[in-house]
Amino acid sequence: MSPETTPTTTGAPQADDSPIPTSRLRRKDLVGIAELTAEEISLILDTAVAMKEISSRPIKKVPALRGKTVVNLFFEASTRTRTSFEIAEKRLSADTLNIAASTSSVVKGETLADTVHNIEAMSPDLLVVRHSSSGACHFLSRICRAGVINAGDGMHEHPTQALLDAFTIRERKQRIAGLKVAICGDLLHSRVLRSNVLLLTKMGADVWLCGPPTLMPVGFERTGAHMTSSIDEAVEGADAVMMLRIQLERMLGGFFPTLREYFNVFGMTPERVRRAKPDVLVMHPGPMNRGVEISSELADGPSSVILDQVANGVAVRMAILYLLAGGAEHEAAA
Amino acid sequence: MPVVMDADRMARSLARIAHEIVERNRGVDRLALVGVRTRGVPIAVRLAAQLKEITGQDVPVGALDITLYRDDLMHHAVGPQPLVRSTEIPFSIDDRVILLVDDVLYTGRTVRAALDELIDFGRPRAIQLVVIVDRGHRELPIKADYVGKNLPTSHAESVSVRLAETDGCDEVVIEKTSGEDEA
Amino acid sequence: MKRLLKGGHVVDPTQGIDGASDVLLDGDRVVAVGRDLAVDSGVEVIEIPDGLIVCPGFVDMHVHLRDPGQEHKETIASGTAAAAAGGFTAVACMPNTQPVNDSAAVTRSIVERAALLGVVRVYPIGAVSKGMKGESLSEIADLKGAGCVAVSDDGRPVASALLMRRALEYAGMFGIPVIDHCEEPTLKGEGVAHEGFVASMLGLRGIPAAAESIMVERDLALAEMTGTPVHLAHLSTRQSLRAMDAAKSRGLKATCEVTPHHFTLTDERLTGPTSYDTNLKMNPPLRERADVDAVLQGLRAGTVDVIATDHAPHQQDEKAVEFDRAPFGIIGLETAVPLALDRLVHRGVITFRRLVQLMSVNPSRILNLPGGSLRPGRLADVTIIAPSAAIVIDVTRSKSLSRNSPFDGWTLRGAVAATIVGGRTVFVNGEIAGLAALRAAGERG
Repeated sequence: MSPETTPTTTGAPQADDSPIPTSRLRRKDLVGIAELTAEEISLILDTAVAMKEISSRPIKKVPALRGKTVVNLFFEASTRTRTSFEIAEKRLSADTLNIAASTSSVVKGETLADTVHNIEAMSPDLLVVRHSSSGACHFLSRICRAGVINAGDGMHEHPTQALLDAFTIRERKQRIAGLKVAICGDLLHSRVLRSNVLLLTKMGADVWLCGPPTLMPVGFERTGAHMTSSIDEAVEGADAVMMLRIQLERMLGGFFPTLREYFNVFGMTPERVRRAKPDVLVMHPGPMNRGVEISSELADGPSSVILDQVANGVAVRMAILYLLAGGAEHEAAA
Repeated sequence: MPVVMDADRMARSLARIAHEIVERNRGVDRLALVGVRTRGVPIAVRLAAQLKEITGQDVPVGALDITLYRDDLMHHAVGPQPLVRSTEIPFSIDDRVILLVDDVLYTGRTVRAALDELIDFGRPRAIQLVVIVDRGHRELPIKADYVGKNLPTSHAESVSVRLAETDGCDEVVIEKTSGEDEA
Repeated sequence: MKRLLKGGHVVDPTQGIDGASDVLLDGDRVVAVGRDLAVDSGVEVIEIPDGLIVCPGFVDMHVHLRDPGQEHKETIASGTAAAAAGGFTAVACMPNTQPVNDSAAVTRSIVERAALLGVVRVYPIGAVSKGMKGESLSEIADLKGAGCVAVSDDGRPVASALLMRRALEYAGMFGIPVIDHCEEPTLKGEGVAHEGFVASMLGLRGIPAAAESIMVERDLALAEMTGTPVHLAHLSTRQSLRAMDAAKSRGLKATCEVTPHHFTLTDERLTGPTSYDTNLKMNPPLRERADVDAVLQGLRAGTVDVIATDHAPHQQDEKAVEFDRAPFGIIGLETAVPLALDRLVHRGVITFRRLVQLMSVNPSRILNLPGGSLRPGRLADVTIIAPSAAIVIDVTRSKSLSRNSPFDGWTLRGAVAATIVGGRTVFVNGEIAGLAALRAAGERG
């Protein structure tokens, strides 16, 4: 695997003479941050800057993906991510189709491969896939002609979320390298965490992970991130603090005794955040459990960039759709 | 590699175009410049300076990246995607006369894309086209309102406008390409 | 009908033979072993080409034949054909069939069908508990009477320590071993891969090493208490091997096996181009480098008694699904000998003589089988090895009904040349030169 970007100046010229600078992801799919280089990540974030402007126009639509068909294939319920992808696709003029697979053929016992082959028979260009099994997008990317964009696979990765988080940090801090980013909450079950750790360490951030040891993935120090169960240590001097959702069913799994005790030990409050830098960014991928991992005061406070994250999600997903749509057929034929 | 326009010649052309703009529009009220990225933008900035010198008035300048409106965007299944850069039009174009600025006018497809994009920003009173070089070979019914130099060329040639801001010097050169028709 | 295997290099640890020797077979028995045996009239002489090694027949004591009940994955006929092609003259088949082999009736049906359809010998292993439910003992005396050579709930651990104690005591009375799949079920949970950095990064639920070693320690303590033999299946962690080593030092009658995939592959294989390959999903899971090193050390030092395959066929459709939904297990009968030669013998981990112990002598001894030796009077079960032949694994040519192997396309040094069961040639490798006489003999039966 040798992913690389080629910001060249010898693109195919259109009408007039000056050569057009070009670049793209040399890949058909975006299955994870693990496969991306720092250059590719920068390309996506730079492209997203241009895409963000489109959302401020009177007519929030450009014809870039006219005639392309994008299928949003969600095997797991999601409002936020699916809506964000759908808006991004529509702003680029793609034809979009939403399939909530949990309500269709899968219930009838059809395999994932059969479901996707049936959709592929209708010639979509890109598949945006959310699935409850880790690795489902890797599996699909191997059997699909269309490009596959991972919109979250099990406990593995959620690459577009990490990219929009990075975009939000870079927009506010003008850089990622050298920043201290603390990520707190249910580390074990979080695909957002895995993508963020991979991305932030690739881009040179100082990453601190905090949660109860019962919710820490084994061996994660090897990523270069610091692991601690002290929220104060994690937050100390941080430039950004990212909270991860505590799923209520984890309490029943015995990972911690009660939500009350969890909030008392790990909940993020204005008092705890005072140890961070004064201009700290408070982030959350959503949906939030107010009063469990984050206090309402903090979520709605001046440091919170939670709604910026949502807005930036559209721009980042537009960038990814645009960059992948151009390369899909080429890579598949190769 | 013949130089068909040097720095001096280019400066005089721009000054002449600025005067033509003022004359034709009877001043610069309700005028705005929008440069097509990349080289249309510094040319628009230079014209704004010229217009200020002539009239004493500021003319707003915007930048347009037409990448997402290109008619060949997804036709290149093989090959890299053009890099998208920001469009910045920090003023309302409604009811203004927009001076669309680019370096070379050739097939007219870039201008078509730029017109489509501009219209998505509002309803200008008029759009006028400014180019440094018109090299002919139009593929669409498009005509420039202000031209620095008409330059008859063949398809086998390419025309490059170089600017101090982007290329380190002001000049227009004409080059033989490898024989392939780039358009 | 007498046949003389002439001019081969014989390795038989039970007789201390490791050198040029002839083997004379009469019907289904070995009648003589020695240098330059006299050739009477009426003896068919089969010249063994230079470089080939003649050994007592290999025995795979851990195989899932899926028959009865899951004949789309494997049958007695296909599984034993794969065994023959893999150099095994006998296999012991696990009881997790449908129905479970927890009664003499099921055992007898397997024995009878194997006599009819089997290419190699089949020795059934009965269930420890009724329905393998881990609740009450199955009728072990009856099972043994019908032909079971051991009892096991393999695929599942015997979770209850009390039931395991009873099983050891009760089976011990009949002199048959209890084979345990060591796994603490609550620690294993919903795990699908070794708990460690790789599974953490892939978002796969982990099976901690301790889930295995806790049960290894428990079983060893119970074996010590009851004074009866226990055999621990497919050990995969360094902690398990350390416990086993300590138990042997204090003189326990405990034995253990490891699989070729656990001495060859690590969990790192789950990343990169083969990431989430369901043919890398097995139980116990592929472990870390340090565990693989401990398995290799156990093979070298003698802690490990047996190499067994845990041959677990599954159809392609069953494996072509999401990783966490795929069944555990891989086929292994036809790759075991090449992997053992390539990874162990040629790399100097063990000698060829020790390989014969691990794959023939020891499994025969543990299960009290008649094979595992070429002494005169013993079964004419012979495996002939071409230790230097280079082969490429091609699953499409497998005799198994299933194709779920992670070794497809691998080039390995070491191959099975021929397999002889009860004096009958049941497999000849077409890619090894000089075996025409053996092939012709096989065709005559």
